Amino acid sequence: MDWDIVIGIETHVQLKTNTKQFSGASTKYGSEPNSQACLVSMAYPGVLPVLNKESVNSAIRFGLAIDAEISPRSIFARKNYFYPDLPKGYQISQFELPIVGRGKLSIDIDGQPKDVRILRAHLEEDAGKSSHGVIEGKSGIDLNRAGTPLLEIVTEPDLSSAEEAVIYAKKLHNLVQWIGICDGNMQEGSFRCDVNVSVKRKGASELGTRREIKNLNSFRFIKQAVDYEVNWQIERLEDGGRIEQATILFNPESGETKSMRSKEEANDYRYFPDPDLLPLIITDKDIEKIKKIMPELPEEMKTRFEKDLGLSGYDAKGITSSRDVTKYFLELIDLGANAKLAANWVLGNLFSQLNNKDIDILDSPISPSQLSSLINRIEDGTISNNAAKKIFEILWGNTGKKVDQIIDDLGLKQISDSNEIDGIVDEVLKNNLTMVEEFKSGKEKAFNALIGQVMKASKGKANPAQVSSTLKEKLSK
Amino acid sequence: MLNLSLKKLSQALEKKEFTSVELTQFFLNRVKKLNPSLNAFITVDEAKSMAMAEKSDQLIQAGKKTMLTGIPIAQKDIFCSEGWKTTCGSKMLENFISPYDSTVIHKFNDIGAVNLGKTNMDEFAMGSSNETSYFGPVRNPWDLNCVPGGSSGGSAAAVAARLAPAATGTDTGGSIRQPASLCGFTGLKPTYGLVSRYGMIAFASSLDQAGPMAISAEDCALMLDVMTGHDEKDSTSLDRKKENYSNFLDKKIDGLRIGIPKEFFEDGLNSDVQKVIQEALRQYEKLGAKIIDISLPNNHLAIPAYYVIAPAEASSNLSRYDGVRYGYRTKEYDDLMDMYFKTRQEGFGDEVKRRILIGTYVLSAGYFDAYYLKAQKIRRLISNDFKLAYEKCDIIMGPSAPSVAFKSGEKQEDPLAMYMQDIFTISTNLAGLPAMSIPAGFINELPVGLQLIGNHFEETKILNAAHIYQKNTDWHLKSPKGID
Repeated sequence: MDWDIVIGIETHVQLKTNTKQFSGASTKYGSEPNSQACLVSMAYPGVLPVLNKESVNSAIRFGLAIDAEISPRSIFARKNYFYPDLPKGYQISQFELPIVGRGKLSIDIDGQPKDVRILRAHLEEDAGKSSHGVIEGKSGIDLNRAGTPLLEIVTEPDLSSAEEAVIYAKKLHNLVQWIGICDGNMQEGSFRCDVNVSVKRKGASELGTRREIKNLNSFRFIKQAVDYEVNWQIERLEDGGRIEQATILFNPESGETKSMRSKEEANDYRYFPDPDLLPLIITDKDIEKIKKIMPELPEEMKTRFEKDLGLSGYDAKGITSSRDVTKYFLELIDLGANAKLAANWVLGNLFSQLNNKDIDILDSPISPSQLSSLINRIEDGTISNNAAKKIFEILWGNTGKKVDQIIDDLGLKQISDSNEIDGIVDEVLKNNLTMVEEFKSGKEKAFNALIGQVMKASKGKANPAQVSSTLKEKLSK
Repeated sequence: MLNLSLKKLSQALEKKEFTSVELTQFFLNRVKKLNPSLNAFITVDEAKSMAMAEKSDQLIQAGKKTMLTGIPIAQKDIFCSEGWKTTCGSKMLENFISPYDSTVIHKFNDIGAVNLGKTNMDEFAMGSSNETSYFGPVRNPWDLNCVPGGSSGGSAAAVAARLAPAATGTDTGGSIRQPASLCGFTGLKPTYGLVSRYGMIAFASSLDQAGPMAISAEDCALMLDVMTGHDEKDSTSLDRKKENYSNFLDKKIDGLRIGIPKEFFEDGLNSDVQKVIQEALRQYEKLGAKIIDISLPNNHLAIPAYYVIAPAEASSNLSRYDGVRYGYRTKEYDDLMDMYFKTRQEGFGDEVKRRILIGTYVLSAGYFDAYYLKAQKIRRLISNDFKLAYEKCDIIMGPSAPSVAFKSGEKQEDPLAMYMQDIFTISTNLAGLPAMSIPAGFINELPVGLQLIGNHFEETKILNAAHIYQKNTDWHLKSPKGID
């Protein structure tokens, strides 16, 4: 039997503000427990929330980036439930009137664009952390994270496979970093996805019952969890079972999902407008102000790179896959590197080394200035591609060395002088008459053998393109 | 020192007729003597108060005196005060020592006023008789067998018995005005948003407002000068130019249009109280005011709407008292849930639990629209009634409470009868309007309060009307027997 997979994602994006959503406490990660828990974070009697304007600006930025409606008036609401790491006994969130309304994010599925509809994005605050076992026989509560600003971004159920879910998540992950509202650090929990999964008979109009996988903080986990969950649901339905609405957790060690609570156990959050906060009013003027400082978005930049720099669609997409990569690339261009070569080197050799060693491009051992000199030397014919690869390896291991120095030290300079090449070619032709005869009698392979001989005679330094054209010219005589 | 107005006290301090230390000691002695029978204070800390008085004297010496510098003020125990126990009348916060000052306390400290102590109150300001306090009921100085009203009953008894020259209170549904009426002094609830709520322990955030409780309108104006002002720490605090509330006290009230809502004189109002109010209105006419009949047709919906909105907000506001971080925690428990249940069961009193239950219920899925949303609609209707009324009149007058002080225990078993105490005061909280209660006469030696309700931000108008009345009457100067 064939099944359709239906996926919607709610992403909690931690906003990159210095202070918390409703207080002046720091949002720094990894500090001593409770050292960033001010009286508001600890919900002392009498304290009141004051909205962080920076987080509002972040939400507006996001709204603009996904071409969404930005509500002129939005409301903060209280979501009530008891938990020790929720000091007030309620979370301040937005319920009926979120700050960002409908928008869309276009993703690329096998070269085809697909619009993922964003239903809404709203501002809220994070909870603290409970830790069990740190203090013997007791639970510890760290309220450093309590009150940290979050933007929760909710899609329509527009995704139809684990792969699509990952592509969407990656695209969103890039976007929120690109527009400077999130540091994107998934290990520290700055970008977490709740993935809603359901399946239905192929072509059926009615959606199946969904189960929500909570708190996935890596793309690999999203893939694994959704794959597992989809299989689980299909198997269950094919065995004649039913799916019950539930909140589930993914265990990365076992690769399985497990129910956390069923619909019956779900909380009644008793949402109501927070009387401590006034409605959030955003004027056209506020939006205009932010429009002016919005960076060029990845999509816009990709199109521009294709048009103005002649990059292929594939390369342009790769280069705009993250703001840091783009930054590195643009530095190469500023230093005079050929755009196509630069894209090739970044997406080829540099990426493969970085990925191998799991290094961020920001920490690349090869600086843009080094790579740009390397590319410039290729373009001006000083070195061959092979020599460039050799130099790249050396640069990777010895930060700080100059490209031209390495070329000199290792004598990698190409012979591009046509008289010199003429001489070598003549010499080789004279000494390899058999091969010449073979070529003339139609054996194409002999041509490559002759090039090999010329390269050997030049100790690999002859410019291969020049060698080829010179040979061709001389053989056709 | 007794019975002097704040202005006179201030002048005496200025002229060095006595020092703040002497003045503070004088009132602390009165507290020592009379508090055992009144139970008006939860916390008295002589050493702290005297240290503050000494500092105030230094300020006065240094010529840095402002109007209330050196004057002892009794503070309702709902205002967080650094280093002071701040209980909000609850076992839940019995041993809670605040690590910070509320904005109101900060403003008084800033100008060198002396904190005379923290006054008793209904638990979390929920009550109209001061009988829900964990620290025992407060007695009415006019008759110790009667309640002082609530929730600011401790401040009320303190002012009425002259244990303090003035006090602070808070008013969510009448908690300044009803006790002012029952204890015979002047109390004012400002426009919502005028006084910062930061550090004032929340009951119902959209209704809570702090205000002064003192002998006269003139004193209230001076207190208000200190208490009001925009505060960035309270998002609902209004960002508007600070006024001088004493400026227009003496303005003539010729032609002042006083609106009398007919709904304030229907069922529920004691006929003797009605006579006192009518006599007060005749006095106003003599002073040149015009009486105009008006209607507040939705007033009868104020109590039901209030008892949905206030408990809804309270149920959420009081969730933080969970035994995890501060305050009361049950001694023995099996697990987290057990700890929550026992802590809240043991830490809260009956009235607080009742309101948490009501509030939780009206916010629940399936009931929200029928209760909470409907109550909000009524709230808008009530606001609108006032808006229309103020097209015809300048201020609105009526009784502050339906009766004089009632006997302790009389309504304790009947929450609905207790809730009716606020029938004339609640609608102004729902509409966010300023209102005050001033003494207007007596029934069987128990005081009766006249309520003056102003339009938004028209504190000066009601203070002016109250002051002119007080210049021509002496009801507000009467004090109970047995307190000298």
